Amino acid sequence: MTFINYASREINCKIVYYGPGLCGKTTNLQHIFEATAPQARGKLISLATETDRTLFFDFMPLELGTVRGFKTRFHLYTVPGQVFYDASRKLILKGVDGVVFVADSQEERMDANIESLYNLEENLKAQGYDLMKLPYVLQLNKRDLPNIIPAADLTAELKRKEEPVVEAVASSGAGVFDTLKAVAKQVLTELRKG
Amino acid sequence: MPITLHELQYHQLKAVLARLRMDSYARVVFLVDKDGQEIAVQGEIGNLDTTSLASLAAGNVAATGGMAQLIGEKEFPTLSHEGAHESIHISVIGRMLLIVVFDERSSLGLVKLRSKQVSQQLSAMMEEIVNAPKDDSDSPFAEITDEDIDSLFQ
Repeated sequence: MTFINYASREINCKIVYYGPGLCGKTTNLQHIFEATAPQARGKLISLATETDRTLFFDFMPLELGTVRGFKTRFHLYTVPGQVFYDASRKLILKGVDGVVFVADSQEERMDANIESLYNLEENLKAQGYDLMKLPYVLQLNKRDLPNIIPAADLTAELKRKEEPVVEAVASSGAGVFDTLKAVAKQVLTELRKG
Repeated sequence: MPITLHELQYHQLKAVLARLRMDSYARVVFLVDKDGQEIAVQGEIGNLDTTSLASLAAGNVAATGGMAQLIGEKEFPTLSHEGAHESIHISVIGRMLLIVVFDERSSLGLVKLRSKQVSQQLSAMMEEIVNAPKDDSDSPFAEITDEDIDSLFQ
């Protein structure tokens, strides 16, 4: 839920990166962290297992700049992608202002993408949200790998509404900021509606 | 619908936190939204990363709340973590979390007591903030333009 503080002149918004296990959600955040000036971001907190799989969430606050005299701060979260962490995913969606769905472009991960997207819609519903009305971006990640599904086919399968679709290689940073910009823009546009 | 915190409300909340901090001999006192957004903070912040602490506290409460529901409880209204030197006490007050960071100068019992004493007042203040009638005409974002938004990414 967007929080507007007139005293500190800040707007705080929450964006959640969702998607199947190993699709690159944490890698998106890591790239944003590495590519952003230290004064514009806080620590990247990763609650991960010993094998670096996200256990609960990753979190990073990011300050984008000033709009109408208000500092805009985005709180970026990832969810754990593995199927059995569903209870954690539900919790992280609480108070969300915008969602990025990170799809894994590899052929063998298609079923996992579909399952995760369905899970996103269900978990949003459980929190009283409707994906159709929420700021939302579809990111097609891992476009550099050899065994990928053509972007048009992946889009046709996973697109839910008129959301922006961004092709990305999160490990090199390609498309990462375009994705963030696309979702942040929708979140801020929502503020115009009040 | 965004939650809007006006200057006077912010200073009123800070005043309550300042008194709580004094009465409980705490290092830092925070008010955080259940979603992890920091609302107000009072005390010896120093190098403390308050944004991360707010997010992790909210995650902690959400996770223990999930456990509570699995065993048939609605939620666990308070959580305490005691370290060798520094400790944290969290109280769930409606949609907010009151977080008190304290050291050997205080005790868990005192922090619990003082937190409970202000919880009703904070709860009433927060209700007022959340349920305040929205007046979009004075919102600085009603007139936000695409150029304003684009300028953030240049």
